[in-house]
Amino acid sequence: MKVLVAIKRVVDYNVKVRPRADATDVDLNNVKMSINPFCEIAVEEAVRLKEQGLVNEIVVVSIGPQQAQEQLRTALALGADRALLVVTEDVLEPLAIAKCLKVLCDREQPDLVLMGKQSIDGDNNQTGQMLAALTGYPQGTFASKLELTGDNKATVTREIDGGLQTLALTLPAIVTADLRLNEPRYASLPNIMKAKKKPLDTSTPDELGVSISPRVKLLKVELPAQRAAGIKVADVEELMDKLKNEAKVI
Amino acid sequence: MSILIIAEHDNSDLRPSTLNSVSAAQAIGGDIVVLVAGSDCAGVADTLSKVPGIQKVLLADNPVYSHHLAENMAPLVAEIAEGFSHVLAPASTTGKNLMPRVAALLDMQAISDISEVISPDTFKRPVYAGNVIATVQSSDEVKVLTVRSTAFEAATAEGGNATIEQISSVHNQDACTFVGQELAVSERPELTSARIVVAGGRGMGSSEGFSMLEKLVDKLGAAMGASRAAVDAGFVPNDMQVGQTGKIVAPDLYIAVGISGAIQHLAGMKDSKVIVAINKDPEAPIFQVADYGLVGDLFELIPAIEAQL
Repeated sequence: MKVLVAIKRVVDYNVKVRPRADATDVDLNNVKMSINPFCEIAVEEAVRLKEQGLVNEIVVVSIGPQQAQEQLRTALALGADRALLVVTEDVLEPLAIAKCLKVLCDREQPDLVLMGKQSIDGDNNQTGQMLAALTGYPQGTFASKLELTGDNKATVTREIDGGLQTLALTLPAIVTADLRLNEPRYASLPNIMKAKKKPLDTSTPDELGVSISPRVKLLKVELPAQRAAGIKVADVEELMDKLKNEAKVI
Repeated sequence: MSILIIAEHDNSDLRPSTLNSVSAAQAIGGDIVVLVAGSDCAGVADTLSKVPGIQKVLLADNPVYSHHLAENMAPLVAEIAEGFSHVLAPASTTGKNLMPRVAALLDMQAISDISEVISPDTFKRPVYAGNVIATVQSSDEVKVLTVRSTAFEAATAEGGNATIEQISSVHNQDACTFVGQELAVSERPELTSARIVVAGGRGMGSSEGFSMLEKLVDKLGAAMGASRAAVDAGFVPNDMQVGQTGKIVAPDLYIAVGISGAIQHLAGMKDSKVIVAINKDPEAPIFQVADYGLVGDLFELIPAIEAQL
């Protein structure tokens, strides 16, 4: 069985981004970049399936700048077998990314596509669902558990509002990872060295025949309205008094 | 302009978030049509027909839609969407699962989680875990949007008289089948629509710590929430998680107990009207967003508060 894992290079989750002075976008100069945390969980899940002997090849894909090679190498060090980079300096929208992935799915014919449920920069939560629409595959989004049950099926437990939902998907299928699917490992030094020798092929959206012209224009970015600083109350009596008589919420 | 809203419901009851989407549609302006797709869900269509501002309710009542599987729902919505300028759904897990699939079938770039309508093609939405608000303009023919419910007031539910029209179109596939679900059963109000939310963090120390909190929750008639740290530690189930990757809440009163206030958590609750923070660390970031902060041992303070109610 072959798994395709799509990953995104994003600003590291520890970085607090700020708008640029001209408010046209956020300032990403000299900030640390990493694999999107949800994508890292997707890579880990693929590696675990391979370790269980259920998967024999993991192809990791990214669509982004040349530097996304760093994140692909990280995924290779975690256990992916080979990497594909679709190089573009433009910021692609989820639909354009899904179209690139669709072409790669046609070429690679994976049995399972794993990806993060959303990236922590755009917070769109769209690409997996869009790829599912374009390929016609079933989708198991926000997965907290994935089991390959043989018989060409996967059982996916999804985190939904109010609880958990379980779906049976016929492969090939798209599964997007939520936080509790697994806890990703760290790459070991020998594996990081080995990853440097694993194959990494590049192409471009043009070569894939995908139009990437944007549909949505970013007009400006701003900081959210800040809450005015409150007060510290001395004791429970003062708190209750404030809630009853000042805020009038209880 | 004409706006199609995908109603969220469990086949018997309408989810209140649908009414927040109606408000967003009213801010955009135009005729409003609501689709109720489900199984034995005619009662939901009746409820919606009474909402002022809705011109028409479309009812697709068929067992294939009972669990709102995106594989069956998306082609239905894409088919109905023809001729509409906007398609909206609440940014719940159901809406987030469905709408991008609809958008891709229509070859449109969806816009997720809008928090403000600037004009019919321009919207604000949070990005980078709510640290930044982006203003975006769509050039697509059909704007496919999910709506952040806490950012829009719920529309009035009574007084309207919309017509109900049956939709007979059936989309059924067998690549995705429903196996089951476990929904938390609670006498308490639902987290995202509760007037008061009491949330516990890592500082609660254990599941037993949360049991103590429950007494306060019930005395206040509140919903109970938790930080990701408390969920990851196994103190409470994940459906209680408030934050960027959990539930987004904006109650009248939010009481954060033993929560340090990681940015991920703040993104999920900072639009609450009044925030109370109770924490033993006076430097905890939660105090920067709290209207009222109380520093001390929560295991002494919580019973003391409860005793005063």
